[in-house]
Amino acid sequence: MKVKMQTRGLDVFYGEKQALQSVDLEIHANEVTALIGPSGCGKSTYLRCLNRMNDVVPGCRVSGDVTLDGRDIYDSKLDVVKLRARVGMVFQKPNPFPKSIYENVAYGPRIHGIARTKSDLDELVRQSLRKAGLLEEVESRLDESGTSLSGGQQQRLCIARAIAVSPEVILMDEPCSALDPIATARVEELIDELREQFTIVIVTHSMQQAARVSQRTAFFHLGSLVEVGETGKIFTNPAEKRTQDYITGRFG
Amino acid sequence: MSSDGAGRPERREEVEERADRRLRRRYASERAFRTAGLVAIAFSLSALGALLGSIVLDATGALTVHSVRLELDLDPAQLDPYGDRSPDSLASGNAAAVLRSGLASEFPEVTGRSEKRALGELLSVGASYDLLDRIVAEPELLGSRLEFRALLSDDADLALRGETEEGVDEADRKLSGAQQAWLASLSERGRIENHWNLRFLTTGDSRDPEIAGVQGAIRGSFLTLIVTLLLSFPLGVAAAIYLEEFAPRNRLTDLIEVNINNLAAVPSIVFGLLGLAVFLNVFGLPRSAPLVGGMVLGLMTLPTVIIAARAALSAVPPSIREAALGVGASPTQAVLHHVVPQALPGILTGTIIGMARALGETAPLLMIGMVAFIVDLPTGPTDPSTVLPVQIYLWAEAPERAFAARTAAAILVLLGFLVTMNSVAVWVRRRFESRV
Ligand SMILES: Nc1ncnc2c1ncn2[C@@H]1O[C@H](COP(=O)(O)OP(=O)(O)OP(=O)(O)O)[C@@H](O)[C@H]1O
Ligand SMILES: [Mg+2]
Repeated sequence: MKVKMQTRGLDVFYGEKQALQSVDLEIHANEVTALIGPSGCGKSTYLRCLNRMNDVVPGCRVSGDVTLDGRDIYDSKLDVVKLRARVGMVFQKPNPFPKSIYENVAYGPRIHGIARTKSDLDELVRQSLRKAGLLEEVESRLDESGTSLSGGQQQRLCIARAIAVSPEVILMDEPCSALDPIATARVEELIDELREQFTIVIVTHSMQQAARVSQRTAFFHLGSLVEVGETGKIFTNPAEKRTQDYITGRFG
Repeated sequence: MSSDGAGRPERREEVEERADRRLRRRYASERAFRTAGLVAIAFSLSALGALLGSIVLDATGALTVHSVRLELDLDPAQLDPYGDRSPDSLASGNAAAVLRSGLASEFPEVTGRSEKRALGELLSVGASYDLLDRIVAEPELLGSRLEFRALLSDDADLALRGETEEGVDEADRKLSGAQQAWLASLSERGRIENHWNLRFLTTGDSRDPEIAGVQGAIRGSFLTLIVTLLLSFPLGVAAAIYLEEFAPRNRLTDLIEVNINNLAAVPSIVFGLLGLAVFLNVFGLPRSAPLVGGMVLGLMTLPTVIIAARAALSAVPPSIREAALGVGASPTQAVLHHVVPQALPGILTGTIIGMARALGETAPLLMIGMVAFIVDLPTGPTDPSTVLPVQIYLWAEAPERAFAARTAAAILVLLGFLVTMNSVAVWVRRRFESRV
């Protein structure tokens, strides 16, 4: 079992308000880790620490260790741009660029110089869209604006955009919250495929989804990590009462 | 619910009636609000209409000018003083004398010296310029007879428009009784023509209203605005991008922000004083030059551009920045590839509005000497020149009555410029917004 990312004693503050307290969590390589917990418990905050997205939030302070392949990602020598190319992200709210569908997906590969030729890039864009389960719907209108898509389509476009740069770790913040069951199934399939090459951390409010796609599950409550373990164990035999209450729907 | 309704029907009706009354009141207040808005719009439109109408009416006197058709004897002795038909020689010919004798031949009864001079005064110097130009262009005309349209002086032009000088003392009148009689006689014989005043758009300023034009001022304004744009747009946008996207939030940036806002409210004449003190006195740049005018106006416009650009940048949703950073774009790439293109319509609109304000500025330009009387058309940013609003100011001050119409016409030209710039702003906005 290889540890891909790890946090130790992670504290996050927004101004005076503490959003996460001393979170110790290991993310295993080539596994899907699900983060669950009631709204506002700090799942997104945790996720955003893993690719330093919190750096751009004014007033946000992060302390503690976060490592990627054993290297501290908050090290001042580490290039945050390279980090984000290795740790990609799909945000909670779909945020396509106000550009064409094609440009949305092609942007990442282009700035990282991933595709050599135009036809390579075309192929990469189509492949990413296909993986995200969007290609069929948009094949004929790749030059239309990404913002003209429906909410669920936009979210899948954002997934395609994230996987186009082939990151090592993909952080997904409720990627299926705006999707219908078919698209959800498609994305879950995708997550399963991606797991062979990538490491995935997914935030979800759906217990079924967490149970279906993840190998490990971490339960957050009020800014702390309550329990983490194999998904099967968390859902059948949690160690903590709070976890039990949450997954059986008694609070949250 | 149902037992309530069945048990107390009158109560329910009461409630409904109250709701109805409230609804009616709401509609009434909505109607009142709409009417108030319409009245306000009608009022401002009619004020604008009245203003424009009066300017257009005033300007009609400058749209056309009067000329007299004369049979001229193109005497080589007068028009080719060196006798070699070289351009030099032709250009120094005595066209005025030829024109005067042409006009005198229409009135054989006029013999006295002073009477002849008075007759000649009906013609504009513009007529001599026109004749010289014609001879230089076609020297083969020398020695022949030519029917020529000679421009009349501004006073003759006004008289022909029916602007009488009643109430003015005979001795103080611009046109004497004899001159008026001659004009009437020419007019009776069908020799007077009223034609478009194209010269107004093609020449520079002049002491003589009938040949004064706005071309010099148009060029001056154009050159000045180019300098203003080149200075304020790149500096303003760069400053806005830095302040909005990269600068840390601290005391210093707060101070800078407050000062930029203050700067935008500083009276424009202060910028003129600054230009005088710094650009002219310290750096020794030329006076009256569009270069300096443009720099002064550029400094004046800078805060406006910065504020507009910052507003446009901050209106771009942060999720766009996150999206770009999330795929591994550097902050600079995120800003240049995604945020700035999104903000561009707003930035450009703000800039054009700032430029439109700069176009109408007079005060700061007076300070740096752009108020001089300049006949030659400027060809570069360091040539002395005026700008449209200063030209308007100069003409409004001029004592000749005919300048009143020129003033109004120049105002129309300035308004035309402003409308064009604002339409460009709208067009730019549409164009960039419709782009995906
Ligand atoms: N930019 C911010 N500024 C201040 N406080 C914030 C900010 N973002 C989040 N918070 C606070 O941090 C806490 C955790 O927020 P977070 O977004 O991580 O919750 P979450 O678990 O993702 O919730 P949800 O399931 O609703 O998305 C919340 O109490 C929230 O109010
Ligand atoms: Mg969240």
